[in-house]
Amino acid sequence: MSLRRFTQHALSEWMRGEGPQSDIVISSRVRVARNLSGLPFPMLATSSQSAEVVRKVEEALRQEPVHPILRKAELLRMDDLSDLEKRVLVEKHLISPHLAEESRCGAVVLSANEAVSIMINEEDHIRIQCLFPGFQPFEAWRLANELDDWFENTLSYAFNEKSGFLTSCPTNVGTGIRASVMVHLPALAMTQQRNRLFPAITQVGLAVRGIYGEGSEALGNLYQVSNQVTLGQAEEEIIDKLQSVVRQMIEHEKNARRRLMETTRIPLEDRVHRSLGILGHARVISSKEAMERLSDVRLGVDLGILSAVSANVMNELMVKTQPGFLQQHAQMRLDSDERDIRRATMIREHIHKQD
Amino acid sequence: MQCQECGKRPATLHYTKIINGEKTEFHLCDSCARDKGEQMPGFDGGFSIHHLLSGLLNMEPSVAEGKPRGQTEAPSVLRCPTCGLTYNQFSKIGRFGCSNCYQAFGERLEPLFRRVHGNTSHRGKVPQRTGGKLKLRREIEQLRGELSKRIQNEEFEEAARLRDHIRSLQEKLQG
Repeated sequence: MSLRRFTQHALSEWMRGEGPQSDIVISSRVRVARNLSGLPFPMLATSSQSAEVVRKVEEALRQEPVHPILRKAELLRMDDLSDLEKRVLVEKHLISPHLAEESRCGAVVLSANEAVSIMINEEDHIRIQCLFPGFQPFEAWRLANELDDWFENTLSYAFNEKSGFLTSCPTNVGTGIRASVMVHLPALAMTQQRNRLFPAITQVGLAVRGIYGEGSEALGNLYQVSNQVTLGQAEEEIIDKLQSVVRQMIEHEKNARRRLMETTRIPLEDRVHRSLGILGHARVISSKEAMERLSDVRLGVDLGILSAVSANVMNELMVKTQPGFLQQHAQMRLDSDERDIRRATMIREHIHKQD
Repeated sequence: MQCQECGKRPATLHYTKIINGEKTEFHLCDSCARDKGEQMPGFDGGFSIHHLLSGLLNMEPSVAEGKPRGQTEAPSVLRCPTCGLTYNQFSKIGRFGCSNCYQAFGERLEPLFRRVHGNTSHRGKVPQRTGGKLKLRREIEQLRGELSKRIQNEEFEEAARLRDHIRSLQEKLQG
């Protein structure tokens, strides 16, 4: 079954290589929202209209020459997936919870390396999402832009001169672009600087959220920084602003790390090693604690305190210890207590494999 | 400051409730706040972007039109002729039903766009095929800027080339 290649491995192929600034920036993502002209938006579309959207996208996918990244891409329909499979795709950030749970005739086109996922009939007819490892928002935009142009050869988008690309939600109108960068900021958290930095970021029109988007908690000191404004600015300006703000965050985090190493090296080493100890020996661990400890260990790896553990394994565990993945690994439904036990086992196995 | 509910964790949510003129201050930690059902942005089930939008939209009529109340309650319902969504429904759910809603709700949307984006006109990408002549007009605009720069710098040869190029684009626009 073709779905398996997308749900079995926690790390997408694109994530295995390391991206620029990968000690602080986990990934960069650009999403472009588009709607087809002449059809109501998904909220009001009838089932047959929604099915027509899927059909049109399928047709567009058959155009020649195919965009290189979409060779061997697959279209998966939400109705054909189990709840668990959908959940795993959500945990890998390949689809949104909304597409998994509420969409009518929802579908997703996934490129073989999972760097591209195109959601169909989510809040908008089409959402092209491009994910890159490390700090590469411009590269993600470039690819999304190319794919957008390629689709436009055969699809007619809802667009008008005044408002730009027309979207279901007024917060996306104009460019329809949402660019976000996922950053790991443990040192800013430890030095309490986070609370000073974040309000400043919102003042320049960017948002900071937890890793699972709107409303989610910031687990493991991971944050998503993204643009809020989509109307009145050109795409490049939007990405440029995000990029320069994140560059400053990276600088602040680096300084904070340096200061921690200089002033509190022993307590920091102690914290990192204790966390590794817990991950390597615990028999029960909640997802919150796991994320916190993984954050410490990841910091330890980045600072050279730990050398036997690779940073990639931490990325992988952050996905693999999510409820969907754990249940898929176990091949059965697990309640929360059982998951805490399985999670501890999964982490132990990974940590000791590294030795 | 400790949480006033559990007394164990530090209080992170501070707020004042005024009920019938009586003021009460609250200092709670995250988990007690959740237990008490006190929502704050960032919590599951708390404010979503659509709640916030709907707040912005509901203050629309009187603010946007600057008319005293009563007059704004026009007898005719503003409704998108294509999908049937009314402005009222839109302001409750914060989402459009189709692309024609943008036209149907017309100028009512401007204050909303200004609040959300600080802007009301698109400056970004224009689709190749369906963008109409906008792309051409943008190009001409940009070339005109370049032209005046060249003239200022006395680069007349390049300026002449630009002028001809602009002319040919204008012909294309009219044709």
